[in-house]
Amino acid sequence: MNILVFIETAEGKIRKTSLEAVAYAKAMGASVTAIVLGTADNNEMQSVGKYGATKVLHANDAKLDQQVIQVYSSVLAKAMEDENADVLVLANSSLGTPVAAKVAIKTKASFASNVAELPNTSSGFTVKRSIYTGKAFAHVELKNAKKVIAIRKNAAELKEVGGNAQVVGYSVTLNDADFNTKTVSHEKATGDILLPEAEIVVSGGRGMKGPEHWGIIEDLAKALHAATGCSKPVSDMGWRPHHEHVGQTGVKVAPQLYIAVGISGAIQHLAGVNSSKCIVVINKDADAPFFKAADYGIVGDAFEVLPKLTQAVLAAK
Amino acid sequence: MKILVCVSHVPDTTSKIAFVDNNTKFDTTAVQFIIGPYEDYALARAVELKESSGATVTVLNVGLADTEPTIRKALAIGADDAIRVNSEPTDSFFVASQIAEHAKGYDLILMGRESIDFNSGVVHAMVGEMLGIPSVSPVMKLDIDGTKAKMTKEIEGGKEQVEANLPLVAGCQEPIAEWKIPNMRGIMSARTKPLKVVEPKATEQSVANKNFELPAPKGAVKMISADNVAELVTRLKTEAKVL
Ligand SMILES: Cc1cc2nc3c(=O)[nH]c(=O)nc-3n(C[C@H](O)[C@H](O)[C@H](O)COP(=O)(O)OP(=O)(O)OC[C@H]3O[C@@H](n4cnc5c(N)ncnc54)[C@H](O)[C@@H]3O)c2cc1C
Ligand SMILES: Nc1ncnc2c1ncn2[C@@H]1O[C@H](COP(=O)(O)O)[C@@H](O)[C@H]1O
Repeated sequence: MNILVFIETAEGKIRKTSLEAVAYAKAMGASVTAIVLGTADNNEMQSVGKYGATKVLHANDAKLDQQVIQVYSSVLAKAMEDENADVLVLANSSLGTPVAAKVAIKTKASFASNVAELPNTSSGFTVKRSIYTGKAFAHVELKNAKKVIAIRKNAAELKEVGGNAQVVGYSVTLNDADFNTKTVSHEKATGDILLPEAEIVVSGGRGMKGPEHWGIIEDLAKALHAATGCSKPVSDMGWRPHHEHVGQTGVKVAPQLYIAVGISGAIQHLAGVNSSKCIVVINKDADAPFFKAADYGIVGDAFEVLPKLTQAVLAAK
Repeated sequence: MKILVCVSHVPDTTSKIAFVDNNTKFDTTAVQFIIGPYEDYALARAVELKESSGATVTVLNVGLADTEPTIRKALAIGADDAIRVNSEPTDSFFVASQIAEHAKGYDLILMGRESIDFNSGVVHAMVGEMLGIPSVSPVMKLDIDGTKAKMTKEIEGGKEQVEANLPLVAGCQEPIAEWKIPNMRGIMSARTKPLKVVEPKATEQSVANKNFELPAPKGAVKMISADNVAELVTRLKTEAKVL
């Protein structure tokens, strides 16, 4: 079986979730080819070999630096055909998920997003996907010969299995009509750890009392090399940017460690964090519902506990 | 301008999720169904556009007869008429195929960023692909300027200003508009607004839901004294092994 993996880069670096997509494909026991669209660094591209891709197709066309979903889906559908790929694997993201859906239609493939585990091929081909905002899973059979799978974080374990991959140029013919959306400008937090990919997240809620107190959240995040998040009211009030809000209507995170400070633990917030491996809750109210969903809890005032915790983290380094 | 708003009929966000029939069916006992929260934003923006520039708003749902209260609620919020495609919404490809069948001729097709039951986040992209028109999601701001849509789209860690020509599919999220609550007049008039029921078109079934599963229950929380936060760090290292 040939599998094509779409690799996303951010600021020149390959996204960790794209490496997980390579590992996912490799774990399916297949021959794995990765594909990178637009300007990219050669060493970075070779490094996907470590996770099991033998070859990297590089479509090095500056027009692909504008990440137009329609354009990307046409290129990937063509690449699946050229490479005789039965399956396309990629990471769920604001770019990857819609691209995957379109490729599935173009190639008449069965499609699943939010896939949480390796497929089960004991009878047919079934994937486990997260539904009801992480409150349940569905086992979905992908019936068509071709398949497109968008995985979520931690669907596959990152294991080094190989050396460098061979990077080969891949020439593309772009269709003007596919440039059907135009990005006029963007605002992006640079250098920060992206919340959806973070291994540790420190989140603050309304209990933080105001944006001027976020320094102690950021100090702890910095000490832990963590991303910062927040509850919905915090972003609604403009204390923090919208893309930091975690939950049912925000970002769904899946870190190793989620630390919630001054967040009550409403079910809509929990929906965004229930895939975390370990949850720590700091709240001054011992009856806060979040404690029921936590692994570790501290009842206390955030303004006293957080600085002490940051110190303890730094001291333990 | 003609606007189509596609709404799903989903369990309220506070619902407890459970399954019956050997984990093959969602347990609807005591579950309250609502318009998907993201679609509530889409609908609110559509009604705003109707008020500001005289658009017509049609709502569409792929669902069985039990979704009609949800459709009537959308009419009460301000949509003019409705279409229900009479079928179980089994998967995103199926739903997108049904929507694409009825979406031709609309200038703007608004959806939610994702449904909160299946969370695929793809029906908008699929409908765009099927109709050969642009799709953008998640859209936080949407303005129409002649034949062009100007949008703010959220991306990981930031946002982008995006433009595309109409017709267009957009997957919406806050703060595109404030949710609208139906008023008495809206509720009264919704009863008589046209709701057309159509049968689904035959589509090949490319995926099948086999069965469902709940996540493993969490163990009891371990409490640590606020006077001893160093112990938390130690436990995270040695016990939970996450540091
Ligand atoms: C359709 C829908 C979707 C929603 N989606 C989301 C979502 O995606 N994400 C989300 O977060 N919410 C969401 N909500 C809102 C959710 O229901 C809650 O209202 C929200 O999560 C509460 O935020 P909070 O915990 O920060 O604030 P509160 O509920 O006000 O809790 C503040 C907490 O801080 C504690 N506290 C106060 N002072 C201190 C202190 N000094 N030290 C320590 N603790 C302190 C209090 O004990 C309390 O538990 C949604 C709601 C709806 C209806
Ligand atoms: N059964 C349905 N009927 C009408 N629209 C739907 C249905 N299911 C999903 N949609 C629309 O498609 C969007 C994305 O859904 P999904 O791809 O399932 O996450 C939703 O926010 C709705 O606007």
